[in-house]
Amino acid sequence: MNKVLVMVAQRIALGLLTLFVVSAIIFLAVELLPGDIATEILGQTATPETVAAIRRELGLDQPAYIRYFEWLLGVVQGDFGRSLATDREITELIGARLLNTLFLALVAAAVSVPLAIGLGVMAALYRNSTFDRSVNIFTLSAISMPEFFIAYMLILFFAVRIGWFPSLSKVDLDQPLFDRLYAVALPAVTLTLVIVAHIMRMTRATIINLMSSPFIEMATLKGLPPWRIVVRHALPNAWAPIVNVVVINLAYLISGVVVVEVVFVYPGLGQLMVDSVVKRDLPVVQACSLIFAATYIVLNLTADILSIVSNPRLLHPR
Amino acid sequence: MTESTPTKAADPALDGPADTLEPPPARIHGWRAAWRELVKAPLTGKIGLVIVLVYIFTAIFAPVLAPYGETEVVGKQFQQWSSAHPLGTDNLGRDVLTRMIYGARNTVGVTFLTTCLTFVIGAATGLLAAAVGGWTDQMLSRIVDVLMAIPLLIFALLLLTIFGTSIPMLVLIVAVLESTRVFRLTRAVGMNIVVMDYVEVAKLRGEGLGWVMGREVLPNILSPLFAEFGLRFCFIFLLISALSFLGLGLQPPTADWGSMVRENAILITFGDFTPLLPAAAIAVLTIAVNLIVDWFLHKTSGLRDDH
Repeated sequence: MNKVLVMVAQRIALGLLTLFVVSAIIFLAVELLPGDIATEILGQTATPETVAAIRRELGLDQPAYIRYFEWLLGVVQGDFGRSLATDREITELIGARLLNTLFLALVAAAVSVPLAIGLGVMAALYRNSTFDRSVNIFTLSAISMPEFFIAYMLILFFAVRIGWFPSLSKVDLDQPLFDRLYAVALPAVTLTLVIVAHIMRMTRATIINLMSSPFIEMATLKGLPPWRIVVRHALPNAWAPIVNVVVINLAYLISGVVVVEVVFVYPGLGQLMVDSVVKRDLPVVQACSLIFAATYIVLNLTADILSIVSNPRLLHPR
Repeated sequence: MTESTPTKAADPALDGPADTLEPPPARIHGWRAAWRELVKAPLTGKIGLVIVLVYIFTAIFAPVLAPYGETEVVGKQFQQWSSAHPLGTDNLGRDVLTRMIYGARNTVGVTFLTTCLTFVIGAATGLLAAAVGGWTDQMLSRIVDVLMAIPLLIFALLLLTIFGTSIPMLVLIVAVLESTRVFRLTRAVGMNIVVMDYVEVAKLRGEGLGWVMGREVLPNILSPLFAEFGLRFCFIFLLISALSFLGLGLQPPTADWGSMVRENAILITFGDFTPLLPAAAIAVLTIAVNLIVDWFLHKTSGLRDDH
């Protein structure tokens, strides 16, 4: 048990280090610009005096590492600075949108993860059956389609032709839960289709791989019934890879959510980020990047820790 | 760049199984062996190949095939399908079919270029890490770890904000970010080759680093690299299309499938399918490439990489 704790602690330390390095990259990447934010803002109208004035105002006359640590100190306290385009507090811009994005991602994950694992295990157990083949064709097509294609197809059929769901997802914080779920139905289904396909393919491969290992063959030769082989022998060893697969694919949610939010004009973080990229509003882009990257790192860290904690060989050392 | 062109990479893998079928031939002529493989290919593989060939043909002969000019305004906005404009006109009155055809050239061309660059960067650094080892390997691997710790699309958006959205920048940014995946694969399979005796012999013979990387290791890892090329192509294709759709990839007035969907999306709310045709073209090509990769992986039953 001690060994497990040490490994978990190591992973957490490594995760924090990664987070630190990534935050530095996100902040310092701007330094690669030939000019800096001041010349960016002023564009053609830049004179040495105005540039110097703006630099002083934004604190750009200080060296990069000092600005970085000041920024980091602010971020840790929930203060991302001000937007260049609107001069509003970034924290204020992000707040409600972050909750909206989390809500959408949670709904999509809650539907897709159980569905995908169930389908993946079934496809692996009934390998090469008609069911397996049709599922395989479906998933191959789903991962080959751009997210915006799936999203617009859903809009075309379910919003425009049949009219069951709204094509634009309008949500606000004081909507009742059912209304919110109804509003995010189509975006959530889009994300679900993509994630289910990915998780399913990888779950299937994992289980097939596992079922061909010697200890499963041993269990079969002992004459155990199939359900007992799956539940007692296969599953305990399958958790770690499956959890890994799930978490890796939840990362697809992060890139998927950006496109889907734009299609459905959903007021989330992804849309804010794209808008800010178009306006070249760097502080907002940096803030969004950091939030997405941090989520991604935390997800990967969780996967690592869960696979350590659920590994039978580590839990019951000889 | 040569190691990633499909025809060259396909040869060694296609030779192998054919040799075991025919008893005498020490060396069947490459083209005949390739043809025999083609005839034996599963239906899905053939379908994939035909589709890809059609796309390549369209991309090369775009100016001949297209009825109008790429950015030529030929009618009113959003016209219906007619004999003059088989797929109607777009938001500025340009012929949709023409722009679809030019899109094959622009979108697929940029993707192909990016994928080649990805492989040059990824394979070169990966081989270097595998062949030299030690500190070089540690350095490169840690850099790649950090680059991979940020979601790709998010990182691409950040870099595009900083460097602006021109085609060279787009190609460079996506290639550098995607090459991290190629690096990992090349390094992993290269590591297995570097420890072989014949590499040792080459080093004892006094061959330089370039020879070891290019003549000893590279030829032996071509088949997993070729499969990876197909998969990477798909990912880069979807990524660039997504960026274009978001308005941050290929810029107007260049005809591009991602931005075409964005420009004409308003029609979808009137129940028209036309704006989705470019997206369907993206999906069909991606599926076709996947089918070929599946066939190839099945043949060589080499390394499988699902992300």
